[in-house]
Amino acid sequence: MADSEDTGAAPSVSEPLDLVRLSLNEMVFVKLRGDRELKGRLHAYDSHCNLVLGEVEESIFVVEEDENEEETIRTIKKQEEMLFVRGDSVVLISPQA
Amino acid sequence: MLFFSFFKTLTNQTVTIELKNDIRIRGTLKSVDQYLNIKLDDVDVLDLDKYPHLSSVKNMFIRGSVVRYVMLPRTEVDIGLLEDATRREAANQAGKAR
Repeated sequence: MADSEDTGAAPSVSEPLDLVRLSLNEMVFVKLRGDRELKGRLHAYDSHCNLVLGEVEESIFVVEEDENEEETIRTIKKQEEMLFVRGDSVVLISPQA
Repeated sequence: MLFFSFFKTLTNQTVTIELKNDIRIRGTLKSVDQYLNIKLDDVDVLDLDKYPHLSSVKNMFIRGSVVRYVMLPRTEVDIGLLEDATRREAANQAGKAR
């Protein structure tokens, strides 16, 4: 616990989830399984990557085949004011401006 | 334990749960356990025309692992408290990892 390197100093980025900690109350980009992406303000996370996000915009990418058998990607957008995301769907979490 | 405690503070609130098979269920959160299994009462299935097989179900137990999202009532979430609890949990985890 009491490592000399972290006495008194500001908590630094020493393990992957520290990057997520620095994004608390900031906007983040989250990529999920099943061709889904979220943008929202990060309010909580744990070591399973369970998340709570506020002001969320969800994008779902659906591949559709038109009459010429050409594939087009349709994007469905949804808004949520407060959302819990289960960690096993999370692929990546990125801080974003 | 963070989200277990968090969901316990939301018991008796109305939430909407989206499952990994896209079914959306609205109901009253009655209880939660350490696996984030959830018991819902007064259940309504959204998109009932798409998923008619749940129309007669009034309460249910949802296995935590099939949940994708839980849509929460924003007014019932104390954001400051939640972020403090998250930092505390992160510090605990860091302590354990040493």
